[in-house]
Amino acid sequence: MARSFAIKHQPGFTAIAATCFVVLYLPIVILVVYAFNAATSTSEWGGFSLKWFQSAWQNTQVIDATLRSFQIGAIAATLATIAATMAALATTRTAAYPGLTFKYAAINQPLMVPEIVTGVALLIFFSRIKIFTGYSGLGYLIAAHTAFCIPFAYLPIRARLENMDLTLERAAADLYATPWRTFRRITLPLLWPGILAGLMLAFVISLDDVVITEFVKSGGQDTLPTYMLGQIRRGITPEINAISTVFLLLSVAIVTLFFFISRKRD
Amino acid sequence: MPDQPGKSAIEVRGVRKVFGTGDAQVAALDTVSVSIRENEFFTLLGPSGCGKTTLLRLIAGFDFPSEGEILLHGHDIAPLPPFKRPVNTVFQSYALFPHMTVAENIGFGLEMLGKPKTEIKARVAEMLKLVKMEALSARRTSQISGGQQQRVALARALAPQPKVLLLDEPLSALDYKLRKEMQIELKRLQHQTGITFIFVTHDQEEALTMSDRIAVMSAGKILQVGTPWDIYDRPAERFVADFIGETNFLTAAITGIGNGKARATLKSGVTIDATVAEGFQPKANATLVVRPEHAKLTGGKGDLSGTVENIVYFGTDTHIHVQLDSGEAFTVRQQNTRSAGCGFERGDKVGVSIGNDAAQVLRD
Repeated sequence: MARSFAIKHQPGFTAIAATCFVVLYLPIVILVVYAFNAATSTSEWGGFSLKWFQSAWQNTQVIDATLRSFQIGAIAATLATIAATMAALATTRTAAYPGLTFKYAAINQPLMVPEIVTGVALLIFFSRIKIFTGYSGLGYLIAAHTAFCIPFAYLPIRARLENMDLTLERAAADLYATPWRTFRRITLPLLWPGILAGLMLAFVISLDDVVITEFVKSGGQDTLPTYMLGQIRRGITPEINAISTVFLLLSVAIVTLFFFISRKRD
Repeated sequence: MPDQPGKSAIEVRGVRKVFGTGDAQVAALDTVSVSIRENEFFTLLGPSGCGKTTLLRLIAGFDFPSEGEILLHGHDIAPLPPFKRPVNTVFQSYALFPHMTVAENIGFGLEMLGKPKTEIKARVAEMLKLVKMEALSARRTSQISGGQQQRVALARALAPQPKVLLLDEPLSALDYKLRKEMQIELKRLQHQTGITFIFVTHDQEEALTMSDRIAVMSAGKILQVGTPWDIYDRPAERFVADFIGETNFLTAAITGIGNGKARATLKSGVTIDATVAEGFQPKANATLVVRPEHAKLTGGKGDLSGTVENIVYFGTDTHIHVQLDSGEAFTVRQQNTRSAGCGFERGDKVGVSIGNDAAQVLRD
C-alpha cells in the first residue's frame, strides 16, 4: 500500500511556506511599525511616537476622504448586494437553458475586464452625461462602484443558493405559501449568511478601489485610497503609514464582524 | 377479499407526462388512469424510474401533466399551483425548515392559510400529541433524530387537514426496526385521521403490509390495481408476479376457458384448473404462475416431476429448488416443523403437486 500523498511531508514545503508568509506579511508589519516613527522618514527609525496618527486625525482632507469612502462603499455595496441577490436567484432557480453560461459571464464581467478599460470607458461615458445633465455629484462614483461590486456580492450568494435544498421551497409551496411568502419565510432567512458575506466583500472591494475611482471622480471627490496615492506623489511621510494602519485595522474589524454575524446566523 | 368501490378522492384521467423535446422525448407517464378512493391507503409500487414519483409530483402540483386531467373530488386540479391544492406532501428527505422549531414547522401550513393564532396553537398541540412529540416542540429540527424528524414531517403535512396526504418513500431513510415501527404508526395515523394516503414505495413488502390497494407500475404505465391479496395471488402480468414475492412460471397449453377459469395442460401432460387474469386474450400457450408456498412436494407422482437441486433453510420455512423433467425450474416453500429435516435430499426424484386453485394464467 502506497502512503497517501501528504503535501506537508514533501521536501522544501516548510521553506516555501515560510517564504510566502514573509513576502506577504513582512511589508505590512514594516508599514505598521513605521507608522509609530518619531522621525520624518519611512525607512529610518527615530524613536516611538503617535504624532503621525495625531497629524492624520487633524488632517481634514483625510477625514473628508475617509467619510466619502465609507459613504460610497455603504451605498454601492448595498445596491450591489440587492442586484446580486436577484441575479443569483434568477440564475439558480431555473432549469439550465442555452445562454445561461453567457449570463454568468455577463454578471461576472467586471472580474475579467481589466479595470483600466472599465475606468476609461466610464470616464468617457460619464463625461458625456455630465455635459448633458450638468450633474457632477457622487452619483457617478456610486454607480461605478455598484457595477464592479456586483460580481463580488454575487459569488457567495450564488454559492449559498446552490447548496440550499430546493425541496424546502417546494415544501413551503405545498403548505400553502405563495411564492413571495416562500421567499420571505424560507429562502431569505436561509440565504442571509450568503447575503451578509456578499455585502461585506462588496464593501471591502469598494473601499479599496483606486483605478476606476481615479478615472471617474470629479475634483474634490477623493476617496481615501486616491487621496493616499496623491500624497505619495508629493513625497512620503509616516502619516501615510498611520492612515494605512488605521485602514488595515478597520478592514480587519469589518471582516471579522461580518464573519461572526454570518456564523451565528448559520 | 372482495373489493368495495367507494367515492373517489383523486381521479387521474389519461395523464401523460413527457420530458424533453424532439428525439430526446421520454414519456415518464404513458396515459395513466386510476381512481383513488376516499379514506384509503393507496400505494404506488414499482422499481425506480417507473413513474410513481412523477405521478405523485403531478398530484402535488410540483409539475404539470402534458396531457390529461387530475380530479380532486370532481374538480380538475392539474393546472393549479401547489399552494392552491388542499393536498400535502411528506417528502423523502422530510424537507423540514432548519431555521424553525418543531412547533413552528408544524404550524407553518396553518399560518399560511391565515388561521388565527389560538387555533394554530391548539392544532399544533393536537398534532404533537398525535405523533408523540410533545416533549420536543421547542427543539430545532437539526437537534432531533431521523425517526423524530419523520414524525414532525408527518405532523406538519397533516396539520392543515389536507384532503389527500402524499408520501414519497418516507421510510426509505430509516433503519429496519424504526421502519417497521413507522409502518404501523402510519397505518394508525391514516385510520385515526381518515385522510386518504397516497404512498409511494419500491418496497413490495411495505406495500403489501400497509396498503388497502396497490397500483403496480412499470415503465410509465400502471399494470395492475388491486388489494394486496389481488396483487399477490392474482397477478395479471409477469412483471407484477415477478416484482412481488417469489414466483414459479410454467408454460401451459390452454384447452378451455369459462367462468374465469381455464383448463391448462402442463408440459408434464397433466391438466389442471387455473384462474385467469383479467384482460386475458385466448391463446394456445400461456404462462402460469404458482407461488412456492402453494405447491407441495411428494415422494411419489405429482402434477409435475423432477429432481431436487438444492435445499435452502430459512428458519420459518425451507425452500426446495427442483429441476423439472420438462427443463423448467420450480421452487417449493415448505413450512418447517421442529422435527429434523424437510424430508428430502438433494438428488431425490420428487413429484410436485400444485394445490387446487393455486395457479393463475397471466395475460402476457
